[in-house]
Amino acid sequence: MAATASNDQVWRRVAVAVPYLWLLVFFLAPFAIILKISLADPVIAQPPFTPTFDESGDLSVSADNFRFLLTDKLYAITYARSVIMAGAATLLCLALGFPMAYGIARANAATRNLLLLLIVLPFWISFLLRVYAWMGLMNNYGVINNVLMWLGVIDHPLQLMYTDFAIFVGLAYSYLPFMILPLYASLERMDMDLVEAAQDLGASRTRAFWDITWPLAKPGVIAGCLLVFIPAMGEYVIPYLLGGPESLLIGRVLFDEFFVNRDWPLASAVAIVLLLLLVVPIVLLQRYQARSQEEAT
Amino acid sequence: MKDFIRIRGLSKHFGDFAAVDRVDLDIAAGELFAILGGSGCGKTTLLRMLAGFEVPTAGTIEIDGVDITHRPPYDRPVNMMFQSYAVFPHMNVEKNIAYGLRKDKVAGNEINRRVDEMLKLVQLSDFRNRKPEQLSGGQRQRVALARALIKQPKVLLLDEPLAALDKKLRERTQFELMNIQDELGITFVVVTHDQEEAMTLSSRIAVMNRGRFRQVGTPKEVYEFPKDRFVAEFIGTINTFRSEVKAASDDGLEAFSEEAGITLIAHGEHAAKVGDTVDIAVRPEKIFLDKEKPTDSGVICIPGVVDDFGYLGNRSLYRVRLESGKIVQVSSQNRRRSVTRFLEWEDEVWLSWQPASAVVLVD
Repeated sequence: MAATASNDQVWRRVAVAVPYLWLLVFFLAPFAIILKISLADPVIAQPPFTPTFDESGDLSVSADNFRFLLTDKLYAITYARSVIMAGAATLLCLALGFPMAYGIARANAATRNLLLLLIVLPFWISFLLRVYAWMGLMNNYGVINNVLMWLGVIDHPLQLMYTDFAIFVGLAYSYLPFMILPLYASLERMDMDLVEAAQDLGASRTRAFWDITWPLAKPGVIAGCLLVFIPAMGEYVIPYLLGGPESLLIGRVLFDEFFVNRDWPLASAVAIVLLLLLVVPIVLLQRYQARSQEEAT
Repeated sequence: MKDFIRIRGLSKHFGDFAAVDRVDLDIAAGELFAILGGSGCGKTTLLRMLAGFEVPTAGTIEIDGVDITHRPPYDRPVNMMFQSYAVFPHMNVEKNIAYGLRKDKVAGNEINRRVDEMLKLVQLSDFRNRKPEQLSGGQRQRVALARALIKQPKVLLLDEPLAALDKKLRERTQFELMNIQDELGITFVVVTHDQEEAMTLSSRIAVMNRGRFRQVGTPKEVYEFPKDRFVAEFIGTINTFRSEVKAASDDGLEAFSEEAGITLIAHGEHAAKVGDTVDIAVRPEKIFLDKEKPTDSGVICIPGVVDDFGYLGNRSLYRVRLESGKIVQVSSQNRRRSVTRFLEWEDEVWLSWQPASAVVLVD
């Protein structure tokens, strides 16, 4: 018996250790490398940055790249634009996704499975193709403009492509499923009796929604918003394909610094700051959640 | 007594299916009324129409002289205790109970006073800051009850109030509910599938089947004088003997039963004529079992053999096989303490009952 018990423990440890090891190797190690590069200076060499320790073995690091990021307004504006764009896309996803998730959660079992399948269906087609499809829709002589002109709503094409609007639509479209699925999960668990009980006790439909449905769906709302906001923040493909040359978003700047300017140290610094921008709100959110949970007990 | 709740011609159709079919019902103020039926009989739909969650297809509901048929749930003098209790998981006990008063914009100190009162009534004063997940099933049920009662509704609707509790707790809660009802004088309408629950709780019972009431009466009336076969079989167990009426008067009849092998006599009101085929029905506890043929005059006696039996502690159940092959269930009290059995398999016995114990069921 004792042997099996300790055997169990060994396996339990292995099961826990493997994902941690995975994270350590494939997340923490690259992060350490990026951090190291961000503290170096660019040189025209292979690799294109100065080593952390110079020939004499002394530590050779500088915060120049970060200083540059803070002083050059372009970066501040780009970060801000990215936050606003990702935030707006997240809000649109929430506004579209909540009623959809609610509808799916309240549908009968057969319809529900079909609806969920339809939500996941776009993943069967390459992400890149779906973004290209939007180009076909939003072109000057694309489907949307053609239909509007045929209807006589407009007499010359609207400039939809290569605008911030196109990026916004592309982001909201691409990340909508990531909003719907966690929302669905939290709404599906919710007992409809709760809403009826609130109405029975004197709450109107709207009031019951804000008193009962919304707070109980909050974990799903938070998860969905994070799942949309974080990738939307660093999104590169959508701004590159749908946005115009002046639509500067941080994902694109990051790409350009790495591959066009070959300034790896600065690019690394951009990536580190992006990570901080994302990590700080998540940590704050987790604190808030932990605290509200404590209040609950 | 004045009719407090008046339901007239109430129907609810879902597509072609009539969940509730032209129901009429009067309930007096302060009554503890039970609607009893199996699953899918329409009892829950009826309750939901009273609460305002379903809009009737036809008919009217009046409470205290006011037609509330088309009022939304939040605008009715009615509150409901849900089968799942539906206690708000993100609010503590106090906030759950205060919710209804908050929605009515009652003043803060008034809310506090009434919440304290309710907490005391349901004995949860020490748990006011607990979250529902930290409560037992019985405590959650009391939160749900307090939350519904605090609004001082004219009618409290209870959907299967005891179904989720274990046996011991049910018995206690049953009496608590009755005491609270007595104390507050609020009209209770209970929906249940559990006949025992309906019998012990309520002053009157409506037995429902396929959207209609089969019988409305006191628990005794419904049990002892079932109107039809459905009611007789739904409430408790009953033995029925297919019989042909040979003679009938206003207060009794004689009918020959092939199954019983003799002519049965039943006393009491009935609606059968000579020549009709009826069921003469007798409840298991009304039948006596003896080894010798009873000598009392006027009792119905039938011989049989013990087919099977079960010991339940306070009583024993016997299945007795008649000559025709018909199995009759008999329940007898175990009045004497004994380890030896009174009867064994295949023992020859005599069944007997008073003609007044039999009920005539007309199809």
